[in-house]
Amino acid sequence: MAEPILEVSGLGKRFGGFVALENINIMVETGERLGLIGPNGSGKSTLVNCLSGTLHHDSGNVAFDGRRIDGMPAYRRTRLGLARSFQLPKPFRSLTLVDNLRIPLLYTVNARHGAHLSNAEIGERCRALLADVGLADKARRLPRDLTQVEMRKLELARAVASAPRLLFADEAMAGLSPSEVEEILVVLFRLNEQGITIVLIEHIMRAVMSFSTRLVVLVAGQKIADGAPQEAIRNPEVERAYLGE
Amino acid sequence: MGAAKFWIVSFVVSVAFLILTRWLITNEYYFFAAYQVLQFIVLATAWNILGGYTGYTNFGTGAFFAVGAYSAVVLHKLTSLPVPVMMLIGGVMSGIIGFGMGYLTLRLKGVFFAIATLALAIVAQTLIVNWDYVGGARGVYVIRPQHAPISGSYVQYLYSLMLALTWVSVAIARTIERSQLGLGFNAIRDDELAAETAGVPTLRLKLIATTLSGALMGMSGAPLPYYVTYLDPASSFNLSYAVNSVAMPMIGGMTSWIGPIVGAVLLGTIQQLATVTISSALNLLIVGVLLIVFVIIAPNGIVGLVQSRWRARIR
Repeated sequence: MAEPILEVSGLGKRFGGFVALENINIMVETGERLGLIGPNGSGKSTLVNCLSGTLHHDSGNVAFDGRRIDGMPAYRRTRLGLARSFQLPKPFRSLTLVDNLRIPLLYTVNARHGAHLSNAEIGERCRALLADVGLADKARRLPRDLTQVEMRKLELARAVASAPRLLFADEAMAGLSPSEVEEILVVLFRLNEQGITIVLIEHIMRAVMSFSTRLVVLVAGQKIADGAPQEAIRNPEVERAYLGE
Repeated sequence: MGAAKFWIVSFVVSVAFLILTRWLITNEYYFFAAYQVLQFIVLATAWNILGGYTGYTNFGTGAFFAVGAYSAVVLHKLTSLPVPVMMLIGGVMSGIIGFGMGYLTLRLKGVFFAIATLALAIVAQTLIVNWDYVGGARGVYVIRPQHAPISGSYVQYLYSLMLALTWVSVAIARTIERSQLGLGFNAIRDDELAAETAGVPTLRLKLIATTLSGALMGMSGAPLPYYVTYLDPASSFNLSYAVNSVAMPMIGGMTSWIGPIVGAVLLGTIQQLATVTISSALNLLIVGVLLIVFVIIAPNGIVGLVQSRWRARIR
């Protein structure tokens, strides 16, 4: 078994009286492709927010690469190598695509010890990242000129620009056509081959099943299944949650 | 042009401008009027560092400006420091308030932050009104030294100081705009959450923006007691400072350091002309009407208008 890169134990999160997450235990191994599924409102996005630091959990603890990161601000988690993309793309609207990627390169990669990219190297890295997702010819455009699928690709490229070791892809494919879903999957597979551990949060079952090596199922803030994808979805509790009694 | 080069070039331009104006202009009134326009360039530029680059609207310009002015009043009564030193101290005082305001951004975004800054101005004014040492509500007279430390009249001396501060403010704004810091500010303006997850330490950057913006406003307020020789809360906290420092960058253009200069020169000059030829009561009306016109026809300001024309032509 590979080394765990992320260990979540006993994590809980409440919003007032509403329990959004309760006693979540998840172990993510280095290099794996983990699918995280669950019906709407089951707490998937809350979990990603808690792990990436945009929300803070109330109980339990989270360790990244053997180091406790509870309460650590999001920007420092990104610098440690824990990146995320957003469900609804959040590009920097007034900046060109190149500048969108320049921000994580300047503020994350260059903020790490021992790394200092020159301006020319940053420019080169931005172009390479855009070329990787097929946006090279739009480098000088603004995000408003992009199509929906291109916007998702920019979102992924910006997350990858921070040179992460673990990437949360939060519904990177929602609302896309089957062929566009395929395009995003190709990008995700390639990133995984480059050594990035990926946690895919997704509703499109076909995509999750073909991508994931393991599946975690959340229902109503609790983890109800964790294992090989085919077994996990045959779990009676999962069937009940998705299909009803 | 690199940042260092810009500092040098803008310095040379400022000095040349100073020499030319001092050499060509003999009517004292023009220095008096130019001081106001320069002061508005500083205020608009300072406002734009927070409002334009970082996206946090500050309606409390009057507070920062008046804190600088009242710092100078206190220093005037206690010491005999030269005005440039008072400007630095006034800047530090307003910078501290700016730093405190930065922490408001933790909980308040958008319109709520704007309202809080308005409240901040009212709180500051109430404190000054009730502080007898600096004259309270009835105001305070400040006697200018008989001779300026440099050749020329005292108003010319203040004009020269304000020109120097204008140079510094504009050069700072321009340097930020082209730097990593400026890119981080823009990221915060566009999407604070995305900025944070891209590795931008958003709180630290917002504190830098509010402190710097506040400090420059305070510095521009410090010479005010000597300029007007009578200072009272109603005029130093005047709404016109807040309205002008918002309107000038909006009309000039908020994305570039040139925008606030264009807006301040345009609006400042028009207001001076109106004061002399028609009535000083007309000033805010002019600003209001122009603001409405520009928000409708050129939401990106004059600079934005020129840029889009230019882009359309090369396409």
